[in-house]
Amino acid sequence: MKKLALLLFPVLLSAQVSFDRLLHTDREPHNWLTYSGSLSGQRYSLLDRITPQNVKNLELKWVFQARSLEKFEATPLVVDGLMYLTEAPNHVFALDAKTGRIFWDYDYHASKDARVCCGSVNRGLAILGDTLFMGTIDGRLIAIDSKSGRPMWNIEVGDPKLGYSVTHAPLVVKDKVIVGVAGGEYGIRGFIAAYDARTGKEVWKFYTVAGPDDPGGKTWDGDSWKNGGSPAWLTGSYDPSLNLIYWGTGNPGPDWNGDDRAGDNLYSDCAVALDADTGKLKWYFQFTPHDEFDYDAVQIPVLVDANWQGRARKLLMWANRNGFFYVLDRETGKFLAGSPYAKINWATGLDEAGRPMRAPNMSPTPAGTLIYPNLFGATNWYSPSYSPRTQLFYIPSWQDSNMTMAKITQKYVPGQRYTGGLPRAANAGRRGTRNTPVEDSAYGSILAMDPRTGQKKWEFKMNDVTDSGVLTTVSDLLFAGGREGYFYALDARTGVELWRASLGGQMEAGPITYSVDGKQYVSIAAGQGLFTFALRE
Amino acid sequence: MMLRSAPVVALFLTLPLAAQTAADAGQQLYKAHCFVCHGQEGESIPGVNFRSGQLRRASTDEELSRLILNGIPGTGMPPTNLSADERRNLVAFLRAMHDTGATAKGSGDATSGMAVFEGKGGCFNCHRVRGKGSRLGPDLSDIGSLRNAPYLAESLVDPSKTVAPANRFVHVVTKQGTVIDGRRLNEDTHTIQLIDQQERLLSIDKSDLREVTLVKTSAMPSYRDKLSAQEITDLVSYLLSLKESQ
Repeated sequence: MKKLALLLFPVLLSAQVSFDRLLHTDREPHNWLTYSGSLSGQRYSLLDRITPQNVKNLELKWVFQARSLEKFEATPLVVDGLMYLTEAPNHVFALDAKTGRIFWDYDYHASKDARVCCGSVNRGLAILGDTLFMGTIDGRLIAIDSKSGRPMWNIEVGDPKLGYSVTHAPLVVKDKVIVGVAGGEYGIRGFIAAYDARTGKEVWKFYTVAGPDDPGGKTWDGDSWKNGGSPAWLTGSYDPSLNLIYWGTGNPGPDWNGDDRAGDNLYSDCAVALDADTGKLKWYFQFTPHDEFDYDAVQIPVLVDANWQGRARKLLMWANRNGFFYVLDRETGKFLAGSPYAKINWATGLDEAGRPMRAPNMSPTPAGTLIYPNLFGATNWYSPSYSPRTQLFYIPSWQDSNMTMAKITQKYVPGQRYTGGLPRAANAGRRGTRNTPVEDSAYGSILAMDPRTGQKKWEFKMNDVTDSGVLTTVSDLLFAGGREGYFYALDARTGVELWRASLGGQMEAGPITYSVDGKQYVSIAAGQGLFTFALRE
Repeated sequence: MMLRSAPVVALFLTLPLAAQTAADAGQQLYKAHCFVCHGQEGESIPGVNFRSGQLRRASTDEELSRLILNGIPGTGMPPTNLSADERRNLVAFLRAMHDTGATAKGSGDATSGMAVFEGKGGCFNCHRVRGKGSRLGPDLSDIGSLRNAPYLAESLVDPSKTVAPANRFVHVVTKQGTVIDGRRLNEDTHTIQLIDQQERLLSIDKSDLREVTLVKTSAMPSYRDKLSAQEITDLVSYLLSLKESQ
């Protein structure tokens, strides 16, 4: 009986995940309770067993092999020894976090009406109480019992026939589950919505495309707002002291042809701050007004409390797909600083308010215009990280990427692609099974930015570009990977490589760390597997 | 790009009117739905080449139409909601991308071209066709499915003008001073895989090297002054005849 009790110990310990626990993830660093590890979006861990001195002793402990051949973009959750993981498109697993063995699985079969521009992917789950929440590629939100894997409710967020889908991990705030929609390449009208966690009933909805009678409505020409895109396909962050959620919004539609949508096209390519209880817009900051390059501001909002020019300030840090790194005041949305971190030719800089100064003749034309960075951006949705110890902001970046962007005239047809352009000849496109870069190929790097100066502190270069997220820890380690299949541990202060493993498949997800029974683990999805490492015993 | 897209346009003009209308309509659909991933030439996805006329997952028009409708689960190929007529037009365009006309066959004599290839041209010294010849250069057994006449002609007279990234050579020197030259097969941050002049497959750790140079020029000599214009035309026709399925 004693042995049985020990075996059950981790499960018996797993209490419900209250919102209070989500607010204070720093009190239980052995768990990974939200997509970014905390509501601040920092992807920073207080676990310290793995250090720069012993990281060379990391070894593979177990591998979870996905059955899907789709991109593996998920970040797992870890709750008291249990790991909750999704494999594409919407297959949920509960695993023993020590061994990778499966407790249960729930395979949701999405409707054939699902339209996804860029892969039938899922990036993870949210948890509250005993309930997991998953968005689906056919535009639904499903509540799942965390003990049994049984679905509890299943509601429509957006019509999949019109191109609405949900690919990111939801955000739980108080008693609500908050999601945004993907579909920016299908002429949707984007939104972020909150649902009652118990029932799935919609509580509020914020349209990320201002309607004609809304503030900002005049930034769209004619009826263009109806198919204005501005999706919100990545998880937001939350500041309990201000009761604001922060979310990034995507490109206006059609992507590469702005002729019929003259104006700034609010609230596309914005950081929006919404009241968590009502969804009411507190402020917005638009990174790329009247975007013609597909520069979604779909990045993880990173909340940092720090001294800024002599006084304590609540900051929002943002490495944008458009090639600029920004620091905003997250109470007001005021622009504090911004600087490029990659080669840019579409803008000559930022003005005093943070608005980009557009370079002349740098718009897509029918013949095509060579634009830096390319449509995939100087970064994209891949999680950055901020370390309060080093006070550096870490960006998984694409350097020197370009693409010829041509525009075409396209009529909106419900449910069909609506992009208005023909981007071509990128120097950072798919390189195939084998990688054969040439002199002007884009390359990937992990950049350490000093937010106070906007200057690069160090750069870790990779031959190929990277779609990997970044994780930092209190012991000044940084974990990240790239398309080449290498998973690295770097010194977060210097960028020096301390350890690497060749996982044989590209990393398109963010690393996490957790511990069970005092042993620290690091997990990352690569190729079609989730690989979990710990120190050699 | 224009050099290689021109034959597709020319081919269009040779299609029967109804087929051309369908293919024209299909071209617009291709631009809207397929271009971003598959590219202008239909060869941007590794392993998929519309110009080859062969698709692994769809051999008949009906299968191709169904594939367009349903996508390919587990891959980046999404489903669409194109109507049956739209899919028919798109299939017509995809079929028209397959070079079968005069520009695809060239205007020379393939048999004579083969003689040039195997004799005066000395092409087997570096290239391989259906199990014969050197492995140092690219295997040409399927080159007729992959390249068109203007591209091949240009490669023969000005081989360094366009060297495909996958055909670039590297020159490396180890820390011990050993020099290795070969065709780069693969490269990442830490390693290079290549085939050298002795046809050895070598995997080299960059930390063991003191010099790595990606060679800009083609290892192939220009045949501008070595072959007559007719010989080059014949050689191009022979190369165009090389298709793996034959």
